[in-house]
Amino acid sequence: MAYSVNICQMDSSSESDFESIGECGPGLDTFELFGKAAASTQGHMRGDTPDGEQMTSLQRHHWSAATLKVLSAMPSRTAGMNSAAVIPRRGRESSQPQRHQASSCSPHPSRTIQDDLEEADMEESSTEENKKQQLVLVLRGLSASEAMRKLRATPLSLGAKMDVRRLAFSAVAESSLMSRNIPCYRRLSLYISRTWRHCQFSCLPVLTSIQLWHSPMKRLSGRFGTGVLSYFLFIRTLLHFNLLLFIIFGLFLVFPQAVNPPPPPPPPPHGSHLDTFTGLELLTGMGYISQSVMFYGYYSNTILKTCEPESPGCDKPRTMPYSIPAAYFFTIAIAFFIICIILVYSISKSFGRSLQVLKSNGNLAVKVFCSWDFKVSKNTSVKLQSEKISTQLKELLSEMIRGEDKKSCMHRLGRVMVHLIAWTTCLACICMGAMAVHFLSETAINQRPFKEMELLLLSAVVSGFNLLLPGFFNLCAWLENHDSPSVRVYVSIFRNLLLKVSIVGVLCFRWLGRIAVEPESHDLQCWESFVGQELYRLLLMDFVFTVLYTILGEFLWRLFSKKILKRNRMPVFDIARNVLELIYGQTLTWLGVLFAPLLPAVQIIKLFVLFYMKKSSLMLNCQASKKPWRASQMTTLFISLLCFPSFLGAAVSVTYTIWTIKPSSNCGPFRNLTTMFQSGQLWAQELENAHPILSWLSWAYNALLENPLFLFLASGVFLLVIYFHTQVIDGQRKVVSRLEKQIENEGKDKKFLITNLQALYERSGLVSPHR
Amino acid sequence: MGTTTSQLGKDVLSEYQELTFLTKQEILLAHKRFAELLTKDEKDLPNIRVPVQRILTLPELKSNPFRRRICYVFSTSEHKDGSLTFEDFLDLLSAFSDSATLEIKSHYAFRIFDFDDDGTLDGGDLEQLVNCLTGETDDTRLTPEEMRQLISNVSSILEESDIDKDGTVNLSEFQHVISRSPDFVSSFKIVL
Repeated sequence: MAYSVNICQMDSSSESDFESIGECGPGLDTFELFGKAAASTQGHMRGDTPDGEQMTSLQRHHWSAATLKVLSAMPSRTAGMNSAAVIPRRGRESSQPQRHQASSCSPHPSRTIQDDLEEADMEESSTEENKKQQLVLVLRGLSASEAMRKLRATPLSLGAKMDVRRLAFSAVAESSLMSRNIPCYRRLSLYISRTWRHCQFSCLPVLTSIQLWHSPMKRLSGRFGTGVLSYFLFIRTLLHFNLLLFIIFGLFLVFPQAVNPPPPPPPPPHGSHLDTFTGLELLTGMGYISQSVMFYGYYSNTILKTCEPESPGCDKPRTMPYSIPAAYFFTIAIAFFIICIILVYSISKSFGRSLQVLKSNGNLAVKVFCSWDFKVSKNTSVKLQSEKISTQLKELLSEMIRGEDKKSCMHRLGRVMVHLIAWTTCLACICMGAMAVHFLSETAINQRPFKEMELLLLSAVVSGFNLLLPGFFNLCAWLENHDSPSVRVYVSIFRNLLLKVSIVGVLCFRWLGRIAVEPESHDLQCWESFVGQELYRLLLMDFVFTVLYTILGEFLWRLFSKKILKRNRMPVFDIARNVLELIYGQTLTWLGVLFAPLLPAVQIIKLFVLFYMKKSSLMLNCQASKKPWRASQMTTLFISLLCFPSFLGAAVSVTYTIWTIKPSSNCGPFRNLTTMFQSGQLWAQELENAHPILSWLSWAYNALLENPLFLFLASGVFLLVIYFHTQVIDGQRKVVSRLEKQIENEGKDKKFLITNLQALYERSGLVSPHR
Repeated sequence: MGTTTSQLGKDVLSEYQELTFLTKQEILLAHKRFAELLTKDEKDLPNIRVPVQRILTLPELKSNPFRRRICYVFSTSEHKDGSLTFEDFLDLLSAFSDSATLEIKSHYAFRIFDFDDDGTLDGGDLEQLVNCLTGETDDTRLTPEEMRQLISNVSSILEESDIDKDGTVNLSEFQHVISRSPDFVSSFKIVL
């Protein structure tokens, strides 16, 4: 056993670097402590009164060796090693005495201590075996899968786990299980569960290995940390949503219609651009593409009948009817319903993770224990992280020392004025932006027919506002100079959100309030296709502008600032702004999927390209942020923003369109109906006529969904459930605070008992330095 | 129990899968990376133990300020020198993996932060912890005054987390603090 001179000083002004800190051997210094404490107990007072220091703690008193041994074998001290009957790997350490506060470590422990420790060692190894046996017994009592789960979650070393497993599930036990007289179905179910487990183990890795973008994300998190990683995880989440939409629509809508193309429409009166194919078509969505399966106008309102392959010539086609209008309606409804469920589920999971039920009376401890991100591996990023944590700690400490900043009245008034000015400017900008879009839209509407360039101009103006105004908001926030960084983030997110909501609102008014209501006055044969094209253009323009901004804003700015301004500071990746742009794009997709069923495919391609572009831009141009970023709370916020303004708004406008707006009479699957909703009703009616047993379905619908009483009852029940849960949480909070008081009292008991134990030892003369 | 490091047997692989939180792919990748750390004549020995200096050349651990403590905590060697066998290495990766439970992670985090290995976090442990967190340069390191305030003052770490007021933070109190932070699980991760 090698004893090294202790380098781990309590005095923090010593110049110890990391190496020596890490090398502080396993309680080697405590051997010296043992000796010193043993030597110093003679004639020392009993320590039941605090010696005037700030905290009475068990470590500040000079206990005898026996007391120290008892102290260190306390269950709460050895819980770390012995939880769930864990075998302590370093048995000796658990019997080490508590480290003394002011000890300078003296070397040369006496021989007797070594004997002591060997004795302790043997004790520990025998208890090791006991604990292993205990664990084996516990595991045998559980079912196989539960036992494996428990064993996996036990903090043991792998070798020890394998021993335990061998003992608990020995081959003898297994074969005896099979040869025993168990009923057939039990044996079969055992066999099935075993093969299922094998399948799981072999299939699951395949599923996780095809997880998209695993290694690029690892590189990013290694360099930039968890905050930036959450942005890319969000991209992946949106990609999954769009993939789901694309599959649903593709399977049930696009594929049947593509396989049975409708007859081509008559050519429009004024000359057609349908034959020419320039690159501009892809951008504007007009011309050739407008008559493809991409847009609403292509879909027929017929019932497709397919031929059976056996009957030659198909002169008597067997009807396997596939009604396109009903399919369109139900696909939209079901797709939105599924996405709603998925979003609500992920919000609740996210909330559950990030909500802090218990009152946190300060977050110093949390910051110190939980803020180190172990994923970060690059040297410069590690240094940056250390800087970040150090700054945060220093700020928190200085706040605590200083107390509340006693600002003078004038100062406070000045701050209020600055905030007011910043807010009014931002709101004014938002209003001006919305009005500009509205004005442009109205002039375009009043001027018929529509010119392509003007429509492109509208999309470009919208994307321009979305790009430039957030930069302006950032400038305002920098001038305002908020005290707390999280307030700054929330304020900027709110302003951004307001901007996008107002612009999308103006556009919705344009489509649903102006164009859809009187399509003939704008010479539109098919207003739904037109709206679909607008959304397609907006999506593409947004993408083009993002690409331009990434190239110009980040790449060129970095070159400019390095060469001309000679500054080495690279721009920081603005996570909030980029995530809001993603949410905006997704809102457009959801709005447009009714009018252009292949829009999710466009969004998928866009997200793919965006991922790689942002990743390379990040690696080249940006540096990790110095500001703290609470990743999981922000993720919760983003998912809930995705649900509440974004998805809800899209769902409301789609519902409004389906329920009230009259579809155009020349194109699309809802050609001759008053509303799109009617197609669903007609289909249900036909079904009822064909199969009268399903009449209860329509009765149920009429009685439940269209009856307001049922809705009132349902909301009443929900409110009751929510109230009940809040009361439960309240009660749990109270229980927690009572338990904390109780633990504090138990701590006092512990101190009392230990001091009296010490007194007892001394009084009865059992204390000696060699025990 | 021992495996020749040339390849992993199938039953050994499935046993590892059942007993750790790692997937098959992760175990095979770990095997590959571990084999890269061995010298040529070590490759044939079963159950070889790699010294701590070589483990610390792994890029995932190289710059981590807690690297030595991590190696030390997961090591099963009798000399307590931080050397790791392949199974210790798997233990390490399993505790730091995506699917490890909060209890496992908080348990090992506690042991890593317990610099003097006495089963609790006292003032000395906390001070070393903060020094590891804040880095080595002089302007990031906390002054002694700040350190004292952080650790033992009225509104400090010990005050917040020590519920039974014995001057140290034991495992249950540590886990109680950890449960207040939703970010812990995602930041206590190392992926090969």
